[in-house]
Amino acid sequence: MAESLVQTAPDPGRRDFIYIVTAAAAVGGVAAVAWPLIDQMNPAADTLALASLEYDLSKVALGQEVTIAWRKQPVFIRHRTPKEIAAAVADDHASMKDPATDASRTKPGHEQWLILLASCTHLGCVPTFAQGEYGGWLCPCHGSIYDTSGRIRKGPAPKNLYLPDYTFLSDSKVKIG
Amino acid sequence: MSGPSTYEPNSAIERWLDTRLPIIRFSADLLGYPTPRNLNYWWTFGGILSFCLVVQIVTGIILAMHYDPSGAGAFISVEQHIMRDVNYGWMIRGLHATGASMFFVAVYLHILRGIYYGSFKAPREVLWLLGCVIYVLMMATAFMGYVLPWGQMSFWGAKVITNLLGAFPLVGKTITTLLWGGYSVDDPTLNRFFSLHYLLPFVIAAVVALHIWALHVPGNNNPTGVNVKSKTDTVAFHPYYTVKDAFAVGLFMILFAVFVFYLPDALGKVDNAIPANPLVTPAHIVPEWYLLPFYAILRAIPDKLMGVLALGGSIAMLFVLPWLDRSEVRSMRYRPTARIYFFIWIVSAMILGWCGSQEPDGQILHGVAGPVLIDYDINTVTWLSRVAAIYYFVYFLIITPLLGLRETPLPVPDSIYTPVLSHPAAPPLAAAAAPQAKA
Repeated sequence: MAESLVQTAPDPGRRDFIYIVTAAAAVGGVAAVAWPLIDQMNPAADTLALASLEYDLSKVALGQEVTIAWRKQPVFIRHRTPKEIAAAVADDHASMKDPATDASRTKPGHEQWLILLASCTHLGCVPTFAQGEYGGWLCPCHGSIYDTSGRIRKGPAPKNLYLPDYTFLSDSKVKIG
Repeated sequence: MSGPSTYEPNSAIERWLDTRLPIIRFSADLLGYPTPRNLNYWWTFGGILSFCLVVQIVTGIILAMHYDPSGAGAFISVEQHIMRDVNYGWMIRGLHATGASMFFVAVYLHILRGIYYGSFKAPREVLWLLGCVIYVLMMATAFMGYVLPWGQMSFWGAKVITNLLGAFPLVGKTITTLLWGGYSVDDPTLNRFFSLHYLLPFVIAAVVALHIWALHVPGNNNPTGVNVKSKTDTVAFHPYYTVKDAFAVGLFMILFAVFVFYLPDALGKVDNAIPANPLVTPAHIVPEWYLLPFYAILRAIPDKLMGVLALGGSIAMLFVLPWLDRSEVRSMRYRPTARIYFFIWIVSAMILGWCGSQEPDGQILHGVAGPVLIDYDINTVTWLSRVAAIYYFVYFLIITPLLGLRETPLPVPDSIYTPVLSHPAAPPLAAAAAPQAKA
């Protein structure tokens, strides 16, 4: 009796193998279905297709700033005065959270043009110019203060205002993106 | 749900149904559920919150029939179509928008009642945790609902909150892009928030069912915090508490109606009457009142990731409270020392709420310049929020665990019905009374 039971009992190694294969197939199947369901949340192809933008700088007077939309994000184009540039250069070696020289934030020969993503690096609000103690921007949301080079000087933001990719097509025309 | 059923089917049809789908038995047991006889009006917020959830779901489903979840159409569909053109649209939208605030008024009082009377303590930890989950789901739902009118505050609130998640190293940026569905908050964001705003209330309803189930297993706590010991300690839920809850809901509806019909814009922000503009942030951006204390904690910390973690931590405190408070006595009615610290904690949360509504460098005492400490003048909102935030955390992490070990509570009554029948104005003050173990 005992002998026949042993003979009919399933081989444990074979049973374990079936469990493992079934579980692996289930996990793989769920993962294969889950990925499309998650990835559909990422930007769609038509959203990503919003590429570059050309802007005529002659419309921006000395000391003026325009905010334009590039890929639905606000971008500052600031025509800086010599005083603003001097203040930014003078602070190049001051103590900063995210140290950068003013020259590294503009293109050579076009130091008067500061082109920045106008989103505070803290939580994405658009900072306002000519406020805060460094003569640059103040973010109205949580009080981050940037200088005339868009570098973070005070407040909760961790980084300087980001620079988009751009090239000067001529002295008065810039291509962003 | 709790204990053996007391239902007896009386007719042939009831007996027939009872062996197939015992739904009458289920309802009869719910109505007959034995409830402590001494529950005060602070216990009516469960009923009030159920009422709020029903109001939000009914008005929300109606609003969805008239709303257009597109960047170009959302603002007009709310401010013009629903508010002016749809029959009674102004009232239904008013009920829904005011209803969100009313929901939070009720949930905050419900949570404070739970803390004061120790309703989170064993054996009700799971009940408490489910309540915390509902609260988090409510905040997520309210936030996404606030985005839908696509005004300036909607848009910039969405931007700030989604950027919060970007603070996490490595995965932050991926999560934000996944939420936005683009380079920034835009049409895809509005669409998915609308979809999720419609879904989450039903998730809340499901968790509420679990919350009620978890309530019916150990039974209600009560103002004395003493366990139910005999039938003399309880009354049937119906008619005693159905009537009491209905009366409280009636009073609550009066407050609700005052806001809907006389102060419809009192809880909103004027900036939200301006259509969303991705190029201009409003000069002074603040969340709705019910999120202000957390917003103040976020702003108080001059580091992005730490600020986000502190915000999350301030909510996480509620989840771990059952394991922080080691006091044997549930109700603060018998914990005079704990009560004082608890009331100071409520004040600290209110101060944080006020700070959250102010500019970070606003002065507390006008015209007084104090010394600058680290980054701000000590006479500013930023420093006041720091002090209040420190107390907020110290209350949970240091004061609560220490009090559980060190304080001397007042004597606790032997049973629920003893103080009900004798009605002492105050429990007798016995010097150095030992905490009485609960059976």
